[in-house]
Amino acid sequence: MKNKNSQGAQECPSRCPDNSAFKQQKLPAWKPKLAAPTVLSSFFTIGLFCLLMGICLILYINYSDICLNCSKLRENSSNWDKECNCTVHFTLQENMLGNVFMYYRLQNFYQNHRRYVLSRSDAQLLGQDVNVSIQNSSCEPFTTYPNGTPVAPCGAIANSMFNDSIQLFYYLNSSTAIEVPLLKSGNSWWSDKNVKFRNPTSYNLSSAFAGTTRPPYWQKPAYLLDEEDERNNGYINDDFIIWMRVSAFPTFRNLYRRLSHTNQFADGLPAGNYTFHITYNFPVTKFKGQKQVVLSTITWSGGSNLFLGIAYTVSGAVIVLAGFIITAIHLKLRKKKTYFQR
Amino acid sequence: PVNLFEQFQRVANAYFLFLLILQLIPEISSLSWFTTIVPLMVVFTITAVKDVTDDCFRHKSDNQVNNRQAEVLIDALRDDRIYLTSLFFSQADLLLLSSSEPHGLCYIETAELDGETNLKVRQALPVTSELGADIRRLAEFDGGVVCEPPNNKLDKFTGVLFWKDNRYSLNNEQMLLRGCVLRNTGWCFGMVIFAGPDTKLMQNSGRTKFKRTSIDRLMNALVLWIFGFLVCMGIILAIGNSIWEQQVGAHFRIYLYWSEVVNSSVFSGFLTFWSYIIILNSVVPISLYVSVEVIRLGHSYFINWDRKMYYPKKDIPAEVRTTTLNEELGQVEYIFSDKTGTITQNIMTFNKCSINGKTYGKSVSEHIKTVPVDFSFNPLADRKFQFYDHSLIESIKLGDSMVHEFFRLLSLCHTVMSEEKNAGELIYQVQSPDEGALVTAARNFGFIFKSRTPETITVEEMGKLVTYQLLAILDFNNIRKRMSVIVQTPDGQIKLYCKGADTVLFERLHPSNEELMYLTSDHLEEFAGEGLRTLALAYKSLTEEHFKEWFKILQEENTSLDNRNEHLAAAYEEIEKDMMLLGATAVEDKLQEGVTETIASLSLANIKIWVLTGDKQETAMNIGYSCHMLTDTMNEIFIVTGHTVMENQHSDREYFVLQAHALEADLENEFVEVACMCQTVICCRVTPCQKAQVVELVKKHRKAVTLAIGDGANDISMIKSAHIGIGISGEEGMQAVLASDYSFAQFRYLKRLLFVHGRWSYFRMCKFLCYFFYKNFSFTLVHFWFGFFCGFSAQTVYDQWFITLFNIVYASLPVLAMGLFDQDVNDQNSMDYAKLYEPGQLNLLFNKHTFFICIAHGVYTSFALFFIPYGAFYNTAGEDGKHIADYQSFAVTVATSLVIVVSVQIALDTSYWTAINRFFVLGSIAVYFAILFAMHSDGIFVIFPNHFPFVGNARNSLSQISVWLVILLTTVVSVMPVITFRFLKEDLNPTITDQLQKSRRKQKPLQNYIPRVYRRNSRRSAYAFSHQEGFGELITSGKNISDRTVKL
Repeated sequence: MKNKNSQGAQECPSRCPDNSAFKQQKLPAWKPKLAAPTVLSSFFTIGLFCLLMGICLILYINYSDICLNCSKLRENSSNWDKECNCTVHFTLQENMLGNVFMYYRLQNFYQNHRRYVLSRSDAQLLGQDVNVSIQNSSCEPFTTYPNGTPVAPCGAIANSMFNDSIQLFYYLNSSTAIEVPLLKSGNSWWSDKNVKFRNPTSYNLSSAFAGTTRPPYWQKPAYLLDEEDERNNGYINDDFIIWMRVSAFPTFRNLYRRLSHTNQFADGLPAGNYTFHITYNFPVTKFKGQKQVVLSTITWSGGSNLFLGIAYTVSGAVIVLAGFIITAIHLKLRKKKTYFQR
Repeated sequence: PVNLFEQFQRVANAYFLFLLILQLIPEISSLSWFTTIVPLMVVFTITAVKDVTDDCFRHKSDNQVNNRQAEVLIDALRDDRIYLTSLFFSQADLLLLSSSEPHGLCYIETAELDGETNLKVRQALPVTSELGADIRRLAEFDGGVVCEPPNNKLDKFTGVLFWKDNRYSLNNEQMLLRGCVLRNTGWCFGMVIFAGPDTKLMQNSGRTKFKRTSIDRLMNALVLWIFGFLVCMGIILAIGNSIWEQQVGAHFRIYLYWSEVVNSSVFSGFLTFWSYIIILNSVVPISLYVSVEVIRLGHSYFINWDRKMYYPKKDIPAEVRTTTLNEELGQVEYIFSDKTGTITQNIMTFNKCSINGKTYGKSVSEHIKTVPVDFSFNPLADRKFQFYDHSLIESIKLGDSMVHEFFRLLSLCHTVMSEEKNAGELIYQVQSPDEGALVTAARNFGFIFKSRTPETITVEEMGKLVTYQLLAILDFNNIRKRMSVIVQTPDGQIKLYCKGADTVLFERLHPSNEELMYLTSDHLEEFAGEGLRTLALAYKSLTEEHFKEWFKILQEENTSLDNRNEHLAAAYEEIEKDMMLLGATAVEDKLQEGVTETIASLSLANIKIWVLTGDKQETAMNIGYSCHMLTDTMNEIFIVTGHTVMENQHSDREYFVLQAHALEADLENEFVEVACMCQTVICCRVTPCQKAQVVELVKKHRKAVTLAIGDGANDISMIKSAHIGIGISGEEGMQAVLASDYSFAQFRYLKRLLFVHGRWSYFRMCKFLCYFFYKNFSFTLVHFWFGFFCGFSAQTVYDQWFITLFNIVYASLPVLAMGLFDQDVNDQNSMDYAKLYEPGQLNLLFNKHTFFICIAHGVYTSFALFFIPYGAFYNTAGEDGKHIADYQSFAVTVATSLVIVVSVQIALDTSYWTAINRFFVLGSIAVYFAILFAMHSDGIFVIFPNHFPFVGNARNSLSQISVWLVILLTTVVSVMPVITFRFLKEDLNPTITDQLQKSRRKQKPLQNYIPRVYRRNSRRSAYAFSHQEGFGELITSGKNISDRTVKL
């Protein structure tokens, strides 16, 4: 290369362009082409892979997903102060083995509405100074009360937090029911719990929240969200954190509790009769929504959704089919191929 | 700052500024201000840098030219008199005052002006020519001129000179127009009449227009369409929002109050409209224009850097002067070419001859094998002259009387002036280059024309000096097509030597010559078949009585007042008969290197070549034949009216000359109609302005891309008005180059410019645009789909930072690399297979059709990008039971899918993977993940909690298997149909490129071979006299014989 250049320099002294591969557009290059063998084999490989994937997923999901809806918990929701309770009975036909998760599911709740999504102050939730952090936020109209007291936590998301409490009872026999032990912490992401949310620092929690008020729809202030567990209270309350992670779609489910594997429940939920005891606080009929309680186990691919499995199966099948068609066309046409003529 | 202001004047940029303002309104703002301002800043920076480099570039080249001319110009401005030396360009329209030659004569060449190559004579008024070189008197010269206003007529001038209480009328004879070159004249003084823009040359050169490519126009139209589409989407979503607010939002309002300003669902819809305009504006990408500019700039540099367009003899590389036209080079359909200096070198060489029925000389292709004749025996030989047949020199040495007579004729029968500067250094001042070639040939073969006086011609014949008495010159004119001299040899013989067009001459031969005539005629056809310019030569011995008798008649006629010319012609006719044929000469009007091959392959590519020249019809046609633009199988049709000759050649073998004021309005349509049916058109005798008119006509009536190429100032108007103007650089005149968009040193580089650079540029630009629109639609329309699920609230799918960076960081470089480096076939193949050029002409690679395919592809991809994650995440949880379907995870999933899909797509689109492509594609993905993790990191969140709320998201989402399954499925679903379609298309309906690529894999590349067509059996003979009437008279009157030559 060096030789070439110096030679070039001798040939043309001044204005001659360099003879570099880059300038002469002669850079070495790989010129891929849609060659029949590659294309067809890739079709069949990808197609079969998708098919296999799909079949696996569907098998797992079919097996695992046992879901229980207790839809339409009808109640007049206009009475806010009144504590309303209701119970829902159901029977589990099979054992639910492994990890069992309890979700609440909301329908028609637009957590992904732009103004809703914006209506929070991450600075405030990080425990920074209340008065400063809510000023630049878009928490309106849930920023301050008319008298100027700041709302903690501010914003529409926090204000509308899901506040039903649900308990699960297992009937050992027809008369005795025991409460199923459920874990209420460890349900959120580690990064949320430890990085994104922090309580304001003070000698105790209630003083940290001094000078602020609870959001208007809340029944108790933030520092009383979980009185039993210091590390699950205030902003770092798991229920609160989970609620604050807004959903992508108007129909969604959020993790509420996990099964604690103790005693009879060491392997999961045994088959039998169960009852939900629900303290009904969260009104949904107003916005024509629904709420459900979901008990679910989890597969290796997560979720409890047939879509991926079906989608993989379908696309796999289509791709394989297309592969066959293309092969047929290709073989048929190969003989008739006209070569390039000047 | 000025640059910034200028940039805002561009509509596109103003639009983005408007968007920026919209974003500052809190009720509307759906995106933070930085999503627009950051890309805008980047775009502005790049544009500013580009503008600055462009400016510097232009400045440099302008300076080059200005410095060259400055000296003369300053003189011109100080006082109105200019001193010009020989070979100098005149820089203003001058009134000739005096010159070094007697009688104030002055020879000029006007090739720059009208393309004619012969010399013209200008003569100063007697009163002013007396001033001579007396500087003092010249300085005192205080004449005033009243003349016509500046106009563009090159051949007319009227004015009056007032000096010393006298009036002298002025006409074109006294004018030295700007652009003409002084020849054979030591110096001259002139007075400036018009300068600068008023000169006739500049009046002719037309206005400079801002040139845009057709892709540019299409792009602008498409951007408008996209904008309309954007508004439509905005309206749909706004209506959706109104309905949603009414139906759903009204009930949801307990959780989500309306903000204070909003009081009705309609108003909310209105605000939503603007919000969506902001979000969806990325379908009209900010970076589009700047990317296009960058790519064009890159292509321009590639042209500048191309070694195969570098002319080492003159050290001139190709140069791009307008960087914005490159892809148009791939779409050219009409080429308008100048003749002189562009196609031809303007050098005539004596190539072959036929003497007494025997041909001498070899054709050009045989030159390589043979050694040129050694003329060292002749001390006065012109070193540059080369001849390739040794038998001729043998004949001369043997003393073949016919051969001697032949060369004697060449050395006697002409109007050349000679000048012997030093001993053994003869300089001929020729009026037409053909004649120069003939006299030079005679000189080299030992018949050296030494000098002349009005009455004598001195020739050194084979070493001994012979002086002939010059009795008469029967001058040339267009009707006679011949010239003769009558001389008396020292031993008293009177001879008439005649040379002229074979057709005229053959009629006037002595009957005994019949056999020789047929033989010579065959030879002539052979010569003409090779594109040589031929002349027949004949002589006649006269008795003294015969001559004296005739001479008396001649002088009577000469004095007759009415119809003098006709009488003279009749007298000439009288004596020019019963001549003895000597033979014929063939002069080659040397073409530029490689012109024939270039023209042949250009016409293979369906490019129509028109030659526009100010030269004569014969000359122009001759060139047409010699570069194989015209062939004998074509018929000619001449329609002659008026003074403009148009000659056309029909593609279905009909041949056609249209002559008219065809350029005047009423004939316009017919002209274009007919001319465009022909593959080759030659227009002769066109003025610079008409050249431009022709180009304009074609532009107007055919929506085709035109290219004009020329080297002289007379081509400026044409260069300016064509879509693409090319200047041939390296000759004296720089005006054409300055007006041009591209310049290089040789006509043959045009092929490479079009076939390689033009084709690639077009190909790359089309691919780039397709991909660019595809990319932005895939990116943006996801928001549209999401609108249906988020209450039409203008919530974005992606993180704001992703929106900010996607177009300028994640997805810009790979496509830029493709736009810069992609090649479907290599340069050699592009040069070899002219058919590859056709898609560009037909506009196949990027038009509305392909645009809609790209858009559809983009819409489909965005659909897959949104609905696959939607289906997968609908009502589900992650593998640890925790969040996965939350908004932020969804955003990360879709964004990651998008980056991967788009990268895979560019990988599919790129057909030439250089290291740079690889680096950019892989680098973009790597950078995406790097930035993703950086923005989702703890540290940055703690510092700016409100701006980076996605903390920990990348880590949590991307560790989920199902997220990756979604990304994989999305990629497969988006890409597989594309592969299917491409594969099937290649199989069912392969393009030329596909076929070529396929055959290239199978066999070795075909060698570049363009058959050289030799025309045989030509019934046409070319006749070479680029002469002007009147020189014979000048010689016999002795006006132009300067004193020192007379002394000899």
